[in-house]
Amino acid sequence: MTAPTKTLRTPAEAALIERFAKARKDLPGAEPIARLREQAFATFEQHGLPHRRVEAWKYSDLRNRLKTAQPLATRPTLDAAAAVLAEAEDAFAVLDRYRLVLIDGFPVFELSDRDALLGEGVAVASLAELLTGESGRAADLLAVPELARDDIAVALNTAFAGDGVVVLVRDGARPSKPIEIVNIVTGAAPFAVYARNRIVIGDGAEVTFLESVIGGAENAEINIYNEYRIGARARLSVARLQATEAGATQIATNVLRIGAESELKHLSVEAGAGFSRNQTFAGFVGEHACADILGVSMLDDRRHVDQTLVVDHAVSHCDGTELFKTVLDDRAHGVFQGQIVVRPGAQKTNSKMMSQALLLSEEAEMDAKPELEIFADDVVCGHGATSGQIDRTMLFYLMARGIPRVQAERLLVDAFLAEAIDALGDAAIADALKTTVSAWLTARDRRETRS
Amino acid sequence: MSFLEIKNLQVSVDDRSILRGIDLTIDKGEVHAIMGPNGSGKSTLAYVLAGHDGYEVTQGSITFKGEDLLAMEPDERAAAGVFLAFQYPIEIPGVATMTFLKTALNAQRKKQGLDELSTPDFMRRVKDVSERLKVTQEMLRRPLNVGFSGGEKKRNEIMQMALFAPSFCVLDETDSGLDIDALRVVADGVNALRSPERAMLVITHYQRLLNHIVPDYVHVLSAGRIVRSGGKELALELEEKGYREFDNAAA
Repeated sequence: MTAPTKTLRTPAEAALIERFAKARKDLPGAEPIARLREQAFATFEQHGLPHRRVEAWKYSDLRNRLKTAQPLATRPTLDAAAAVLAEAEDAFAVLDRYRLVLIDGFPVFELSDRDALLGEGVAVASLAELLTGESGRAADLLAVPELARDDIAVALNTAFAGDGVVVLVRDGARPSKPIEIVNIVTGAAPFAVYARNRIVIGDGAEVTFLESVIGGAENAEINIYNEYRIGARARLSVARLQATEAGATQIATNVLRIGAESELKHLSVEAGAGFSRNQTFAGFVGEHACADILGVSMLDDRRHVDQTLVVDHAVSHCDGTELFKTVLDDRAHGVFQGQIVVRPGAQKTNSKMMSQALLLSEEAEMDAKPELEIFADDVVCGHGATSGQIDRTMLFYLMARGIPRVQAERLLVDAFLAEAIDALGDAAIADALKTTVSAWLTARDRRETRS
Repeated sequence: MSFLEIKNLQVSVDDRSILRGIDLTIDKGEVHAIMGPNGSGKSTLAYVLAGHDGYEVTQGSITFKGEDLLAMEPDERAAAGVFLAFQYPIEIPGVATMTFLKTALNAQRKKQGLDELSTPDFMRRVKDVSERLKVTQEMLRRPLNVGFSGGEKKRNEIMQMALFAPSFCVLDETDSGLDIDALRVVADGVNALRSPERAMLVITHYQRLLNHIVPDYVHVLSAGRIVRSGGKELALELEEKGYREFDNAAA
């Protein structure tokens, strides 16, 4: 970060500064947590909102996108929360799962399966409670691994995060059902929602997490930070679905720290928001681990979705496979930035990254920026990026068998996205997510029929 | 009114003239063979019949059951009864063969004004035709044509032909890449579909296939025109003399 200190503020930057000045005394956590927040906010003040001349945000100009800062959401009453939950869409409804419900970033344990989870070896607490408690380790809950520390969206989250869940999956625990972290943003007015979740996966544990982010009003400002700290010999699958309302601005940060001999599968499905940045920072911290990091983005209208990924091989003998699929219609803008870093000494690294985009319209735009930074000499690394239209020979074959064009295109888009969804290796979750794909395609069919 | 009538069909690809005036009439129950050297326009004719949009019809007409075939989209042609068995069946990763078959069959039925098949009815029909064409359950579970050998792809094509029961079948080089055993399975599958209600156009470079699928008529295509027509004995003559003299005839 060498950009010069900014003196000219945008209205949104000025409003964020004003908001922090007002909110700081009410944010949970005394010293040294308050100091962490101030340091993080100072980083923001120094650099301002990220914009197109900041390389990591090159294609996603957040400074241009945010016109103002919304008021921070407040903790809902239980009745209000229950009403919101009852109304909310539930993409994972078909799955038998435990739920941890957050409304506007505040966990509502009365509406969650916290007690049942305890019996499965999973302890859940509120971040706000831990930050205000006596624990000497509370400051660690707002600490950010080096990999993601410089990011301004992360700094804003550190400054403003009012609550979230802290989940501890005990060593060797094998919960019998997936655990869903449900993030519902209320839609009555545009609020700023900052949630921060820390999930610790004990050694030898085997668990599946689902994350859903839904709701939000026009111009809602959503910033969610999820950090998974995965111990040794653990198996973790995460399927994340972002399906907020079309006018929302959504930034999600996924920090994944992968311990020795662990296996991680992480899938991010982007199906909502007018402007979405899903940034994933995955770091291998123990040897002989492997990670599949997968992404699916569906864009229409003038929506903007940015999937940004950094995979950091700090230790040797780890395998990373990254596959990101984007389908774009209308005048949508898709972004994939993927960086593989192999540090000195991280020998026998095997890492490959692929971004594939399918453009359904002449006016859609896809930017892909794969990068390799390799400082070890005995590694296998590769990357690729394709973007193109629907394969005409495939389309003709399907039509020659009687399948109408729209339906044939649908089959091909389905198949294109299914590769990344199926790579998660869980048929039930894949089916649920494919329903979301199907809904997106049905909406597209309707638009095609109208035009 | 003829079943299929091609009149003065002229076709170009990227402004290059490929078919230069084809006249061909096919009636129900007939099997016609089109033979010709590489580059004579055989596959172009097959693709134009099926409705591939990479070919520009500059002149002429194709009438099928009294309708203007060239005005129809490929899917409408399929529902009307046209089936093209591809020379190189396309691999479609991610689309399960069974899903594809069911989607295609029901799409055709919908256009024909028929109800969708129930899953058990559909499964029964697939089982019947797949056994005849030696298409295994394992193949049906795979994505369409992905990882299929050349012979498996061709058997899959003919199995689809049996499943959809079209009234006009175009077989484009169905013998290419087949060993003698596979050729026999495919030819038996095709012969089982010969019927007074169905016409076939068999396109081939070699006479070999016509020993197994015996045509009623043989046409020689050369440089975009039919230069000779005759009975099945014409195929044998071609085998003996080669295509050279027809190249001269076309020039």
